Amino acid sequence: MTAPLDVPGSAAEAQPESVLAGAGKDIQGRSLTRIAWMRLRRDKVALGGGVVVVLLILVAIFSGPIISVFGHDPLEFHQEAIDQSTLLPQGSFGNMGSEYLLGVEPVNGRDIFSRIVAGAWISLLIGFLATLVSVVIGTVLGVVAGYFGGWVDQVIGRIMDVFLAFPLLVFAIALAGVVPDKGFGLEGNGLRIAMLIFIIGFFSWPSIGRIVRGQTLSLREREFVDAARSLGARHGYILFREVLPNLLAPILVYATLLIPTNILFEASLSFLGVGINPPTPTWGGMLSEAVRFYTLPHFVLFPGLAIFITVLAFNLFGDGLRDAFDPRAH
Amino acid sequence: MTEPNYASEPLLSVQDMEKHFPVTKGLLKRQVGAVKAVDGISFDVFKGETLGLVGESGCGKSTTGRLVTRLLEPTAGKVVFEGQDITHMSQGRLRPLRRDMQMIFQDPYSSLNPRHTVGAIVGAPFRIQGVQTENGIKKAVQDILSLVGLNPEHYNRYPHEFSGGQRQRIGIARTLALKPKLIIADEPVSALDVSIQAQVVNLLEDLQNELDLTYVVIAHDLSVVRHISDRVAVMYLGKIVEIADRKRLYSSPMHPYTNALLSAVPVPDPKARKGRERIRLAGDVPSPLNPPPACRFHTRCWKAQEICKTVEPPLGEVASGHRVACHFPENAVETPAATAAAEQS
Ligand SMILES: Nc1ncnc2c1ncn2[C@@H]1O[C@H](COP(=O)(O)OP(=O)(O)O)[C@@H](O)[C@H]1O
Ligand code: SF4
Ligand SMILES: [Mg+2]
Repeated sequence: MTAPLDVPGSAAEAQPESVLAGAGKDIQGRSLTRIAWMRLRRDKVALGGGVVVVLLILVAIFSGPIISVFGHDPLEFHQEAIDQSTLLPQGSFGNMGSEYLLGVEPVNGRDIFSRIVAGAWISLLIGFLATLVSVVIGTVLGVVAGYFGGWVDQVIGRIMDVFLAFPLLVFAIALAGVVPDKGFGLEGNGLRIAMLIFIIGFFSWPSIGRIVRGQTLSLREREFVDAARSLGARHGYILFREVLPNLLAPILVYATLLIPTNILFEASLSFLGVGINPPTPTWGGMLSEAVRFYTLPHFVLFPGLAIFITVLAFNLFGDGLRDAFDPRAH
Repeated sequence: MTEPNYASEPLLSVQDMEKHFPVTKGLLKRQVGAVKAVDGISFDVFKGETLGLVGESGCGKSTTGRLVTRLLEPTAGKVVFEGQDITHMSQGRLRPLRRDMQMIFQDPYSSLNPRHTVGAIVGAPFRIQGVQTENGIKKAVQDILSLVGLNPEHYNRYPHEFSGGQRQRIGIARTLALKPKLIIADEPVSALDVSIQAQVVNLLEDLQNELDLTYVVIAHDLSVVRHISDRVAVMYLGKIVEIADRKRLYSSPMHPYTNALLSAVPVPDPKARKGRERIRLAGDVPSPLNPPPACRFHTRCWKAQEICKTVEPPLGEVASGHRVACHFPENAVETPAATAAAEQS
């Protein structure tokens, strides 16, 4: 056992440079995270993106109550809103009004507002969970590759190359075609959602993996890692206490930027008819039905806008986060 | 203050230590050469003394420090600490010994984790080594902070809130936590403003007196270690070319390289400055990948002769405790080269 040092601080006395002004009880330092947060608050564009992101998340979470207050069941047919001779919505602007906020679909008269809100839930659910899958895989493999280097790095690097070169869309289309209706205790669209999360997450981890590997590689060379090693720290301590805290910011930034990519990917698959099966509402699925009715602008416009606003908001917020954490990266 | 004890066994003994970094090429990582960063050096460090280790950038000083602290594995040679051969000791067995041997790093920006508070950084040694403290880690850390001249109330601050000099004090505080016996300081002030360098050097000196420390202080010029060192070793391209006690080395340097380094040191006394002219070294330090044969300094030495390119001068003792590796040393009564040449024929 080593007792704490109890030498009187005579060595400290002749050190004017070191005596900081402003004495107070337990001065609280400003962490890099707090500084980044302060920078972010000054970035109006990023803040706007962030507000929209939060609103979207709230809409997705409370999609049920929102629909029951402002709309109709998204699967319900409303023949009374359809002109039975043309099968198009009655009235002008696709029957928009207080009854149907964003109008109705042609032929069966489903409430577009309700379907957009319900679609938000599926889009965000898949976007977030697929990103979570890729962050977990990418972080673990990226840290291991960057920290241990050598043949481990070589192997993981080649695996990343294979995944990046993989014709993902073709694979997803093929896989989606053969997914059974039941499996893993799930069925129907529940199973398809789980599968989409898995496919998208499993194929988009290399982008995060590469970033984490590169950052780990440079962190490993920093002298604070040597300092920990010279104190006898084990690999686990160095990885979790020294390296990982420095990776959280870049991981958060790139995860935020990966979410819209994954949302777009889900929309593309649903648009192509290999994502979520109808009649469950998804933005991509709505778009693919709408393109057949190019005379009805509201039918194409609203799901298109939903995708556009969501992707833009996440990207603006993610870019702002990146700038806030690394002001040199302008 | 304790005087260095040269009679006892050395605290640290480095014997014929080598570190060659392999240079590989191509997909199969075929080795095509080696950077001879440290190429057979020996020195002893005695309890209570300060050994200065000086040489131009790239001559292997940091590598030497990292070999001694076993951050790097030596290619050959031996490191003996307190009589124990630690050259190939496993990290597990080395862990308790690490309390006695600490390192101060060169870059005060890279050596402190930006995500940790000062308290976490200076308290890390207790946590890593599982050391109990009487009044808790926080109290112990705050005591060390005031010992190195920092405000203990800044315990919760982050490294980026401090100046370079203060950050280096935090680094020094971390090395003191476990009361080490030996501290390797790798260019502890060269990243700092000149106006602050003296303060940090003085701090190191004061701490040595109070805590009975033994130092190896690395520097790239002879001015920094002048006041703090008891003995000085001069390195060139992975080898020690001269080692002597401070007085002898500064008053009668023998190796031409030492003379060149010394001529670059500003002399405060104008009388002493007279009769000394500045020696400008021609060219750059050759690459340690392919060092010049025999005397490595011959490509830049103004005294070089044929023998310097063919016969490596041994690090021979020319006076008590003064060793030099040169065929034609300066300030020498009789030149070892004459003797060596006679032996050759
Ligand atoms: N990890 C390494 N791999 C390859 N070469 C290295 C490594 N570390 C240092 N070197 C080389 O070894 C030589 C000595 O480096 P170093 O010990 O850092 O010198 P100094 O501290 O005296 O400036 C340099 O040429 C450097 O490029
Ligand atoms: S051995 Fe020759 S080349 Fe080397 S330092 Fe001495 S005089 Fe110069
Ligand atoms: Mg160095």
